[in-house]
Amino acid sequence: MRVNPWGTEAELLARLRAGDEAAFAALVDDLHGRLVGLAATFTSSPPLAEDIVQETWLGVIRGLRAFEGRSSLRTWIFSILVRRARTMAAREARRGVPIAGSESRNGEGFVEWSPGNGRVGLWDEAPRPWALEDPAAIHQSREALDVVRSALDGLPLSQRQVVLLRDVEDVAARDVCNILDLSETNQRVLLHRGRARIRRALDRYVREGARPPSPGRTGGTSLQTQQAFRGPEGAGNAEAAGLKGESSASGGPR
Amino acid sequence: MNCYEAIDLMGDAIEGTLAPDARAGLDDHFAECPPCRNYMDQLRLTCQALGHLREPGAGERRHDLIAKFKQEFRDRT
Repeated sequence: MRVNPWGTEAELLARLRAGDEAAFAALVDDLHGRLVGLAATFTSSPPLAEDIVQETWLGVIRGLRAFEGRSSLRTWIFSILVRRARTMAAREARRGVPIAGSESRNGEGFVEWSPGNGRVGLWDEAPRPWALEDPAAIHQSREALDVVRSALDGLPLSQRQVVLLRDVEDVAARDVCNILDLSETNQRVLLHRGRARIRRALDRYVREGARPPSPGRTGGTSLQTQQAFRGPEGAGNAEAAGLKGESSASGGPR
Repeated sequence: MNCYEAIDLMGDAIEGTLAPDARAGLDDHFAECPPCRNYMDQLRLTCQALGHLREPGAGERRHDLIAKFKQEFRDRT
């Protein structure tokens, strides 16, 4: 879990309920951007996403005293946001503002994973090592993080919401199921599919330098300039050759 | 264990919540299947990278929200 700079959650809650302004300011600083990110998965209108977050904060302010602490504070706030977002995005959609994340992106000829028959759509092309001298180079590279952000933003709506809460916000699986009203199985499937697509985008970036399509995202440190990347002719080939010899197939799942 | 079964276990393995016998089975599979091992390593790096994404702050709304918070607690206490 994320480190709570105010000590325990109970201490933070006590301070908030006592009207401690600094505690609330710190909560806003910690969560506001995350809430905007989550709200943006419900609408393609940035101003509406901001409004959803504003409404969420007002709900938090009004509800703090009655909040019983049965879930964590963050889970409670995310839940408020999702309820507000669903109502507000549906209302706006009736007025012609499109709801975010068209599920039609599901296509792309990408074979999806489902539990028990785990096709990931990758094994036609068996995953080869990234040959990074330091695996931390991925999350230390701004360019790689741009690739991740871009892939996350491109996910179908429901995958994006689950990946955002689970992996970006570090919310527990059980809480994500409650916040998004998903079954445990469905949550697992969406999480894996989302992660698989983002992994694939990173794979293309690491091997071929494929960057996100937006021209504005330049600068930062690339993996190549960090010299952490030994290039596509590195250890990967040996592994792939080994696999071919082993399975006599072209790397398909066994 | 085949690749399909291995993939089913990877999410829990990344979380560290996989039962010891399942974990052992997965490790056995990795020993004979480098692509699955690579895939799991890369999924883990993907999750780590996602955890490093940053969102922007509250900007101009921050002051307004804090004022509303103060008002709420001034009115009711």
